[in-house]
Amino acid sequence: MTTLTDPPRESFKLSMLIYDTRYRSLTIQIVALIGFLLLIGWLIGNTAQNLADLGKEPSFGFLAEPAGYDINQRLLDYNSQDSHLRAGLIGLLNTLLVAVLGCITATVLGVVIGVLRLSKNWLVARLMTIYVEMFRNVPVLLWIVFTMAILIETLPAPRAFRGENPEASMMLSDSVAVTNRGVYIPEPLFSNSLGNVHLFGESAIRFDVSLDLIAFLAVLMAGFWVSAWIKRRADRIQEETGDRPTTWWQRIAVVVVPTGILLTVLGFHLGYPELKGFNFSGGIHLRNSLIALWLALSLYTAAFIAEIVRAGIMAINKGQTEAASALGLSPRRTMSLVILPQALRVIIPPLISNYLNLTKNSSLAIAVGYMDLTGTLMGITLNQTGRELETVLMGMLVYLTISLSISAVMNWYNNRVKLVER
Amino acid sequence: MSDISFVRTEMLPEQDPPASTVGLIGWLRENLFSGWFNSILSLVSIYVIYVILSGLLSWAISPTWGAHSLNECREILAGLGREGHYAGACWGVISERWLQLMFGFYPPEHYWRVILAFVLVGVGLAPVLFDKAPRALLWFTPIFPFAVAWLLWGGTIWGPLVAMAGFVVGYFAYRFVSGIAGGLLGIIAAFAAPVIWWLFLAGPVAGALGAILPIGIEAVESRQFGGFMLSVTIGITAILISLPLGIVLALGRQSNLFIVKALCVGFIEFIRGVPLITLLFVASTLLNIFMPPGTNFDIILRVIIMVTLFAAAYMAEVIRGGLAALPKGQYEGADSLGLNYWQAQRLIIMPQALKISIPGIVSTFIGVFKDTTLVSIIGLLDPLGLSNAIRADTNWNGIVWEIYGFIALVFFIFCFSMSRYSMYLERKLQTGHH
Repeated sequence: MTTLTDPPRESFKLSMLIYDTRYRSLTIQIVALIGFLLLIGWLIGNTAQNLADLGKEPSFGFLAEPAGYDINQRLLDYNSQDSHLRAGLIGLLNTLLVAVLGCITATVLGVVIGVLRLSKNWLVARLMTIYVEMFRNVPVLLWIVFTMAILIETLPAPRAFRGENPEASMMLSDSVAVTNRGVYIPEPLFSNSLGNVHLFGESAIRFDVSLDLIAFLAVLMAGFWVSAWIKRRADRIQEETGDRPTTWWQRIAVVVVPTGILLTVLGFHLGYPELKGFNFSGGIHLRNSLIALWLALSLYTAAFIAEIVRAGIMAINKGQTEAASALGLSPRRTMSLVILPQALRVIIPPLISNYLNLTKNSSLAIAVGYMDLTGTLMGITLNQTGRELETVLMGMLVYLTISLSISAVMNWYNNRVKLVER
Repeated sequence: MSDISFVRTEMLPEQDPPASTVGLIGWLRENLFSGWFNSILSLVSIYVIYVILSGLLSWAISPTWGAHSLNECREILAGLGREGHYAGACWGVISERWLQLMFGFYPPEHYWRVILAFVLVGVGLAPVLFDKAPRALLWFTPIFPFAVAWLLWGGTIWGPLVAMAGFVVGYFAYRFVSGIAGGLLGIIAAFAAPVIWWLFLAGPVAGALGAILPIGIEAVESRQFGGFMLSVTIGITAILISLPLGIVLALGRQSNLFIVKALCVGFIEFIRGVPLITLLFVASTLLNIFMPPGTNFDIILRVIIMVTLFAAAYMAEVIRGGLAALPKGQYEGADSLGLNYWQAQRLIIMPQALKISIPGIVSTFIGVFKDTTLVSIIGLLDPLGLSNAIRADTNWNGIVWEIYGFIALVFFIFCFSMSRYSMYLERKLQTGHH
């Protein structure tokens, strides 16, 4: 009979750090960590030395100083006496504005183009292929400056709208004016307004909240909630009795009627842009830079989204559709219960990473003079204060925060829809 | 038995298919006019194509190739009776400035060096890209980066030669140390020796050799680089370096070593989380601050470093996707054959992972090449930067579409051929059964 004995305990030798697989990984990691810390230390040391030589101690005091420059397209009130921090905030909001607008239009366009590219119609499919290849193979910066040039060169100047027989006229029954200085659209106004609430006093993050908007959103949300309740009730009745009560008109009415009443009470009307002198006034002015950036980013990203949608639809096996019909599902329910959930699993992750790309590409706004975060904080503020280190690092940090939040949403979604494997 | 039979004994001759399902008509009916919705779509498409083509062609076909200013173009067109803002394109600007759009302010008498450099890039890459190219060219592949850099920037020949010698130093250090102290120390020596060589010895050695034997061509400064030559230089360098760097980062991210993994993830997520333009701001304003006091290295080199890091992070994610897509059995199979980590990566994992990731790798390449246009924002004269300069010229003030169209066309040709190459590669490496 044999007995197992422990192998004799080897005494630890220094060479085991390299040749023994038990210790080697530890050695490698410690060497990597030391190397990394040395690199960081070296960079920080150099930076401190260089900044001291230049006489620029790193500090963020400049953020409180008056910015002294104007931002023409903005969501919050701002004047040139406001601080650099406020200017940066306005820039950040502009970045988010163009990113959100761009994502919405790019998605709509991309889905339409992606579906049309799969069309059985030879001509349409070819046209969409040309569109996709054209936008994917030319730099987005070129598309942005190109779109800007189109807006400036081909649209009529505001003075073309003047006179008895104007060369240009406003669109949609005199409510929208498209000029080479930008687009003027009607603004929502309330004659019995509830007023605004002013938050955060005079600080850099001050903003006004419109009570009208709050009331509107509250009524709308309540309407949707009641509508969802009616649906649940109908579901329950169907479960119990087998008959589904007709509820579509109730569900529409609970949303539309209260909202309509609220708008009437508040005296909702549209303020139209009007030609005064050589320019338009009133309404909301969307400047060329915003429109050009928005259009170019949407068209460019739509080409990528189209490819994703196409790949997603093609990835679903035909057997899935056939199996669904074999189970007796209607085509509509096949689409919503079988095809879409599977296609979306393929489509959504790259779709979100394209939203991320769009947001990052919006930093090219600087090429057309749209004042986004890059234009304010890393543009004029950098040039005026000479604080390269602080402004660029802050800008990167903000972009990083946006990106990581979007990635976090994506990871959450991926984990939720992941196929479970061994 | 009677011979009355209801069964035919010979086949009827085959008949032609109905005329409406074959030929042009059949094709049109099936592909363009099958149903009212498709017909409407087709008619709308035809109308759109007509509007675009008629407008574009009547503008683009314009005999203004020899004009020397926008006014001259307008006179030529007016002489033909074509008036108005969009009477015709002014191609004179392209014929006069296309060399500038290609080479920037590179001295014209040295254009041959640029052309030769890019021919050398082609020769050096051919054996890697196409398996029909002669294998003998492979010996040139490791040399061409140095030859190209020397041709573009000029100066003494000893600089590139001494830099290249670093690899030879590394090889001999490996042979020598691994002979004495074993494999792992040999690898460490193979990395350490060239670094010491480049940091401390290369400069003096090159200087000394240059003093003894001054061989060189006229140096060209970086700020004279411009146009597509600049884009291609930045693009190709970033592409070539980012692929190996991306593989290393991807392996680091997949590794079991916690600290290595954390460092790689941090680097990749940071680079991918910020727009390229902020990295270019770092290149133009901060990189010199990060370096030891007194260093002032070339702006193009700084831009290349940042673009390369940017591309490497994206490449790492693409390759990680390829690694993740490999079935677990491949890893286990490699283990069961007794291969160690590097052997398994080299012989089993990487060839398959890289093959899976080809489309992603190539679209990253295309993205990097397109993104080189961003350098115009930090003031380098790439084609877009030059286009502003040309439009500011009094002769060509008011030119818009011709220059943008030309630049877009050249980019399209580059990028489209890259994507076609990736399709060729996928077909070539296809090993499945179809």
